[in-house]
Amino acid sequence: MNRSTGRNAGKRNQDLPIVAGNGLIDRRALLGRGVMLAGAVGAGVAPSAAGAEPLTDDPWSLEIGEPTPPYQTRSKFEARVVRTLSNPDNEPRNSHARTPHHLLEGTTTPNGFHFTINHGGIPVIDPQQHRLVIHGLVKQPLEFSLETLSRYPQVSRVTFLECGGNSAPMFSPEPMQETVQALHGLVSCAEWTGVKLSTLLEETGIDPKAKWLVAEGADSPHLSRSVPVKKAQDDAMIALYQNGERLMPGNGYPMRLLLPGYEGNMNVKFLRRIKLVEQPAMSMYESRTYSQILPDGKAYRFYFLQEVKSFITSPSHGMALKEPGLYEISGIAYSGAGRIEKVMVSADGGKSWGQAALQEPVLSKAFTRFRMPWRWDGGPATLQSRAWDEAGNVQPTRAEFVAVRGELTKPPPVLAFPNQHYNSITSWGVASNGEVKHVYA
Amino acid sequence: MFTRKRVLFAASLLLATTASLSLAETPHLGKPLNEAAIANWDISILPDGTGLPKGSGTSAQGAVVFAEKCSACHGDNAKGGAAAALVDDRKLAGISASQKTIKNFWPYATTIFDFIRRAMPFTAPRSLSDDEVYALTAYILAENKLIDANDTMNAETLPKVKMPNRDNFIIRFPDRI
Repeated sequence: MNRSTGRNAGKRNQDLPIVAGNGLIDRRALLGRGVMLAGAVGAGVAPSAAGAEPLTDDPWSLEIGEPTPPYQTRSKFEARVVRTLSNPDNEPRNSHARTPHHLLEGTTTPNGFHFTINHGGIPVIDPQQHRLVIHGLVKQPLEFSLETLSRYPQVSRVTFLECGGNSAPMFSPEPMQETVQALHGLVSCAEWTGVKLSTLLEETGIDPKAKWLVAEGADSPHLSRSVPVKKAQDDAMIALYQNGERLMPGNGYPMRLLLPGYEGNMNVKFLRRIKLVEQPAMSMYESRTYSQILPDGKAYRFYFLQEVKSFITSPSHGMALKEPGLYEISGIAYSGAGRIEKVMVSADGGKSWGQAALQEPVLSKAFTRFRMPWRWDGGPATLQSRAWDEAGNVQPTRAEFVAVRGELTKPPPVLAFPNQHYNSITSWGVASNGEVKHVYA
Repeated sequence: MFTRKRVLFAASLLLATTASLSLAETPHLGKPLNEAAIANWDISILPDGTGLPKGSGTSAQGAVVFAEKCSACHGDNAKGGAAAALVDDRKLAGISASQKTIKNFWPYATTIFDFIRRAMPFTAPRSLSDDEVYALTAYILAENKLIDANDTMNAETLPKVKMPNRDNFIIRFPDRI
């Protein structure tokens, strides 16, 4: 008899089909067998009903509640759930706000929690005055207001947005003791609604010489990125709405370029100008910042794609498991190349793997929530997730990734961007006392 | 079995339907503009020099502007302060982005002009004249020994500056361009 069945000697627990080492349970146990699972949580011993206090009404059940506000905000008891800020005093440099993935669930990032990076503060843009101009190698330059764009056929799509520098602390040679928010908080997922860029380009007409467009924001750095016309004619959008309401100011109000699956910085916010050109502009962000150095001293240019990635959000660094028993391992997977095909989970540092359940709907270039039932036996465990996308790409192990992309010689400041486009496996080590820490495995 | 004639007829019908649909689908609400009306906003510079404005500047002129408007953040002689050093002789070593400098990494000198003109000074973007931007670009290039101290930067000379790291890049996904 192994240790885990010895600890959890309940009949119901023994029924759970183990699919991989260290207590991973078949994902199908989640489907249609929820009652059994719920009943099995804990040490496998049915709790006693004796000695329970009789239920009474709480004060809030005995008085009239608060007024109903015109725009509601979350419960005051949730005030600890916040984005973490890199520059709260708005000093003259850029500002990041990271999504608290370990405190959220599902696949939609609420607007207040969507990550953002601003390079010169958040402009206060009067939507009546804002203009979008499309010009350059077109047949007819055109100017659009928010009002006119709102009269165009609208399309909605759910897509993640990820900073090219998300997960950069993972380039550290040793695992940085940071939460999933600090490590992976520069990615979020929302439903965006707006006008397909191809619709507007149909109206301006495109000179066949045009191979790129240069997009520019109305913010103080006039942030500018070059985008292949190929992407503009595929799935690019001018986004006007974020999860059903107008864009958040920090996410580009009143309009932004949306390039599903492409690095966040290219999705130019506060979009005011698109110029069609023959060659890329080699703006600072594309020729310096998002050109990442490789171990041989060369550098990648035009990475664009946010490649297949996943990470476990619960349990994750900083959490503590109270007692041995059944838990749900849950996390997020996504790929800029399409739908998530499958996610495998390991509880023994990658020695054995079980297939996680994917929460429907599984959408292209969007967050996919995966879940995996797990019985923790109270011993050390190393939790990992690994994703595959429909294009056949697989998330690399850290060793595979570092062999190609290298790693730093010493841990970087956690808010720094020492390199970009990190997508390998994240490992959480669970100690016998239940504490969860970031480890490399 | 389709005859050639019927196939042609069906194809032309399909074309006609598609064309009328696409016309009907887009509202054509954009306001026509000419490039002259956009000129003040059009600050895009391409690495071959397309878009560079008239005007010029030298390193000596740039040093004066730099001391007045840039050194508070970028330090005396552009050696770095609260904001990055712009004159820096370090070599690239390892994969850390903190090693990147204008001299050892930036592939095109036009990017220096472009970024200064659109984003600097941080607290007063678009406040510099084109001559001042040329002068600052010349100053940074000369202090980094990428041009001679007496060279003038303008729309002709700036794109011709050969940056040392230019040929050291790999396009990651060529099929996406």
